[in-house]
Amino acid sequence: MIIYGVALLSVCLILGMLIGETLGVVLGVKANVGGVGIAMLFLIIASNSSRFKALIEGASGEGIKFWSAMYIPIVVAMAARQNVAAAIDGGLLALVAGVAAVVVSFALVPVFSKIGGDDSSSPVDNQKSKNQETESS
Amino acid sequence: MDIIETVFVRNNLVVAFAVVGLTIWLSYFLARKLTNNRIHGSAIAIAIGLLAAYWGGVTAGGRTGVADIALLGGIGLMGGGMMRDFAIVATAFGVHISELKKAGLAGVISIFAGVIVSFIVGAAIAVMFGYTDPAAITTIGAGAVTYIVGPVTGEAIGASDAVITLSVAAGLVKSILVMIGTPLIARHIGLDNPQSAMVFGGLMGTTSGVAAGLAATDPRLVPYGAMTATFYTGLGCLLGPSILYFIVSGIF
Repeated sequence: MIIYGVALLSVCLILGMLIGETLGVVLGVKANVGGVGIAMLFLIIASNSSRFKALIEGASGEGIKFWSAMYIPIVVAMAARQNVAAAIDGGLLALVAGVAAVVVSFALVPVFSKIGGDDSSSPVDNQKSKNQETESS
Repeated sequence: MDIIETVFVRNNLVVAFAVVGLTIWLSYFLARKLTNNRIHGSAIAIAIGLLAAYWGGVTAGGRTGVADIALLGGIGLMGGGMMRDFAIVATAFGVHISELKKAGLAGVISIFAGVIVSFIVGAAIAVMFGYTDPAAITTIGAGAVTYIVGPVTGEAIGASDAVITLSVAAGLVKSILVMIGTPLIARHIGLDNPQSAMVFGGLMGTTSGVAAGLAATDPRLVPYGAMTATFYTGLGCLLGPSILYFIVSGIF
């Protein structure tokens, strides 16, 4: 049943959010600390475990895959509801601060990627498979 | 006209599905015809989304882009935090635990480095623009972390409203630039495997920016980047009004 997969996904998100909020309260922070990340860990553990087989295989799995596939459309909608006007109205200081933070952070990606292992680890990307991806998504 | 409005408003989420679907179809068409797929269709769709958001913000004067236009209100729900997080978690389906373990340490280090580096850059720019008040410098630095960390920090340490608004704007610029810039720069920074995606998420931190940037680069990288990025804002809110503010106060 598709709803089983969707329900599993929902339970993972709710549990993750509850833990993230609790972490925020414990740490005295006005934010959810890693709720989504924790929820993702739950889903990864569930999808790698044989105990949850009934909730992740067949039609149930399709329920999760549907929302995974809806990710890009949702991100497009998210982009369309950003406060772009305010970002542009922020003036030069906001622009310079934002751009500089991004440029420096981009530059650090290759530096930190080398930590703790070979950086040639299983590249998932090459031109051909990317084009196929385009067709399917 | 009344009938159209009634139907569109009453079914706003369904309207959003149709509008976004149409946008994505158009984007993939343009990607194929104009750029021969050199630019990913979803990158074009996100850019169209951002343009629409600017237009919506200017026309309707609200804070949620195109979603402030009554006929397109469903975009607000579809692209809101709840649906975004739901879909992000779904992308983790099928991820192997071994990949996470391999990049775990680098991911954790990059979250700390990302918050601190962005903060220093933002704070330095604030100083260059003539700010000398530690609360203002800290708040603008926190804004360069993310547009949530900025106001949370600013309110906690008593920065002025104008400075808080500025910090939000800096965070928005960052988020939007990550959305647009990631697919363009991905190849040059080796962003093509789970490990570098986790580091990327940790360094950038803006969940929206990382989510959209990786979607436009390679959707398979999304779960790895999103995983680390979601810890970033929490860490920023933790460090901003505390250690980072104390350090800035000590210097100025």
